[in-house]
Amino acid sequence: MTVSEICEKCGFEPVVLPEAEREVNGGYIGDLLSWVMGRAKADSAWITIMSNINIVAVASLTDVACIILAEGVTVDENIKNTAEAKGVNILSSSLPAYETAVAISGL
Amino acid sequence: MSESLIFHFDVDGEDFTSAGQASVQVKKNLRRLGISPEIIRQVSIAMYEGEINMVIHAHGGSADVVVNEDKIEIILADKGPGIADIELAMQEGYSTAPDSVRSLGFGAGMGLPNMKRYTDEMTIESKVGEGTTIKMVVKL
Repeated sequence: MTVSEICEKCGFEPVVLPEAEREVNGGYIGDLLSWVMGRAKADSAWITIMSNINIVAVASLTDVACIILAEGVTVDENIKNTAEAKGVNILSSSLPAYETAVAISGL
Repeated sequence: MSESLIFHFDVDGEDFTSAGQASVQVKKNLRRLGISPEIIRQVSIAMYEGEINMVIHAHGGSADVVVNEDKIEIILADKGPGIADIELAMQEGYSTAPDSVRSLGFGAGMGLPNMKRYTDEMTIESKVGEGTTIKMVVKL
């Protein structure tokens, strides 16, 4: 399933989708960045409430398919621009992290 | 590749938000060289963790990545406070990072363990008060 399909079917908000057709394979929930880099697999959907600029670098280096901001967390313009430039997809979900994962799992 | 390629970066110790620039650049360079995505992931995560450590603890430093025919070497050097007890620092969850860094999602005590996890060899040379040099090797 692609990032854009998940976004549409789960009713998430597309924040920036420079690589919308990227395939998603699995998921990971976490806010401690080194845990994410140590445990999340490439092509995962990474669900987090962390919203500082470093999430873009972590997503890019870990090679996850997208970041999904849970709990309706938002990011500033600088982060959106950086994500766009680095090809990092960001979605936003109004649901808590667990319910966000459940929604994806039900597709 | 008959000769090794060397990429050198200075890591800015003051700017937390730009940490990762060297790793992201290395990722791009390795991709251009046709290195496999999994190797790129290993090298760039190990390097990013090192960069972050240098920003948190050592006011920056230098990072060199040497691409050989059979391996990629990453050498991170700083003139920071040094690591008093390397064995302790290598334990998952042990951290001396300040709260300000933890609120950004770092400082979980997973940096050095991740560097070890994603590389085939890792050596740490450190002297308290003088600095730290970490050498990592990822085999191709």
